[in-house]
Amino acid sequence: MLENHAKLMQFFSSTDEIVGRKKLQKMIYILKKCEIPFEERYQFHFYGPYSEELTLRVEEMCNLGFISETKEEKKNYYQYRYQLTDSGRNFLTHYEMDLPPLNVHIEEMNGRSSRFLELVSTMLFFEHLPKEEIAEKVFTVKSAQNYTQEDIDEGWKFIEHLRSIH
Amino acid sequence: MAYRDEKLSEEKVFKDPVHRYVHVRERVIWDLIGTAEFQRLRRIKQLGTSYLTFHGAEHSRFNHSLGVYEIVRRIIENFKDRPNWNQEERLLCLCAALLHDLGHGPFSHSFEKVFKLDHEDFTQAILLGDTEVNKVLSKVEKGFPKKVADVINKTYENKLVVSLISSQIDADRMDYLQRDAYFTGVSYGHFDMERILRVMRPMEDQVVVKESGMHAVEDYIMSRYQMYWQVYFHPVTRSAEVILTKILHRAKELYEEGYNFELKPVHFLSFFSGEPTLEEYLALDEAVVLYYFQTWMKEEDAVLSDLCQRFVNRKLFKYIEFNPNSQMNEWMELYKLFTKAGLNPDYYLVVDSSSDLPYDFYRPGEEGERLPIHLLQPNDELKELSRLSDIVESISGKKRTDHKLYIPLDRLEEMSNRSKTKKRIMEILFG
Repeated sequence: MLENHAKLMQFFSSTDEIVGRKKLQKMIYILKKCEIPFEERYQFHFYGPYSEELTLRVEEMCNLGFISETKEEKKNYYQYRYQLTDSGRNFLTHYEMDLPPLNVHIEEMNGRSSRFLELVSTMLFFEHLPKEEIAEKVFTVKSAQNYTQEDIDEGWKFIEHLRSIH
Repeated sequence: MAYRDEKLSEEKVFKDPVHRYVHVRERVIWDLIGTAEFQRLRRIKQLGTSYLTFHGAEHSRFNHSLGVYEIVRRIIENFKDRPNWNQEERLLCLCAALLHDLGHGPFSHSFEKVFKLDHEDFTQAILLGDTEVNKVLSKVEKGFPKKVADVINKTYENKLVVSLISSQIDADRMDYLQRDAYFTGVSYGHFDMERILRVMRPMEDQVVVKESGMHAVEDYIMSRYQMYWQVYFHPVTRSAEVILTKILHRAKELYEEGYNFELKPVHFLSFFSGEPTLEEYLALDEAVVLYYFQTWMKEEDAVLSDLCQRFVNRKLFKYIEFNPNSQMNEWMELYKLFTKAGLNPDYYLVVDSSSDLPYDFYRPGEEGERLPIHLLQPNDELKELSRLSDIVESISGKKRTDHKLYIPLDRLEEMSNRSKTKKRIMEILFG
């Protein structure tokens, strides 16, 4: 029951908090691309890979009291902060998860901006293409973000680093 | 005349219960409709298992695809002299609208879940592979199939084009809400689409709606919300979906255990092993699936046979409300009790959640999370819909989710009243 929710709770249990839904979306996608078996389905959207399933599961976990969501008013928008609750921790004790430790991955990603994670997840979305085509595709579909070749190079280094973490 | 510009000698029309008529003038569109891959959509129901709840819901993805095409055709007609709109993109938009659901398989949501497939991948494969559709698109120009594939994949460079087919207020949703309402016979799902089309404006990278059209958009959002809870997440439909998913799981499990099926499930073998080719994928439509279910009703395996009988004869599971947090201990006890009662809990004790559904309702979200609906104000500024509409704010602010526990009540009732196991199960389930 709720195995996919439990995997997400395991993710939240590996960090103090996740700030921002956009960041959360990109982090789970990047972890999927690092062979972590999350099952949320992603599609490409205006701001890069996005999973409606993930949004709904997070909403369900909030309603069930497994994670807490704090809404914070920013200048022109709202931002959301997520933490695993005691109920969530208790729920997790009933599961034997086969996920590898995620704390180092999460720490690395938490230290990066959501703009950078948007770039990395977009690069990973086009990973099936040759490398030079990926850069071209990123410049085309993300023209508003004005990413540079240096950003892309940094993105590849980051991906390589994440994938080398065991 | 170039193939892309060729017109039919006279306009063809399809009678349509939702849009009255679907108009076709382009040779390319007419040829695409005639392809085997597009005709296959006639054999895939738009609403999957909903026909077991709403008997009218027998409409197909073919109907819906034509509807989306027609809506996009009308939008473009309104856009043609407006700034930000490039009329050169017209044919691309029409093709993408028509073909956006091409990769859907039978009961696709359950199939995708069990066999870990994605219909979007098959849409791409049909557009770019050795298919009739690809041949027609390739005649337009080299690289045209890829352009159509990119629009449908939402990775095309012109985001305005993408947003016509896929956004929070797109042709896809506007068609299926109205069509599903019509065929299910429910009274929700209606909104003034003509009004919305009149107030849509093309911007550089998205479609927006003039602020004066806000009330028509509110109606659309309301209908989306009501259809979500009243039709798409109907608990009886979900029961059928649960059983369907379990049939597929069981058949796969039996195959992996080397079970000897009375009728070799030839059409399923590549799905069981995980890598169906495009040809195999296209060969499996709903008629084929239902044929196997009919046959499996007589299988020796009691679980497979029982589940198939339930699906075919509509003997669905009953449901109760369930809270996975406060009822976790009860669930664990039920799991043991069901095993004791000879009911495999992996197949007969199922929690279904609202996140298992491939539909959603409108949420404005966080900045940079997902593009919301923008209203164009008289001073040319854009504002997110829920910031201006109290109705939308109140719906989208409400986080409604749902979990239900599905069980074969008839099997429990058949147990002896003296059985302690039965007594305890009933106590937990019904108090």
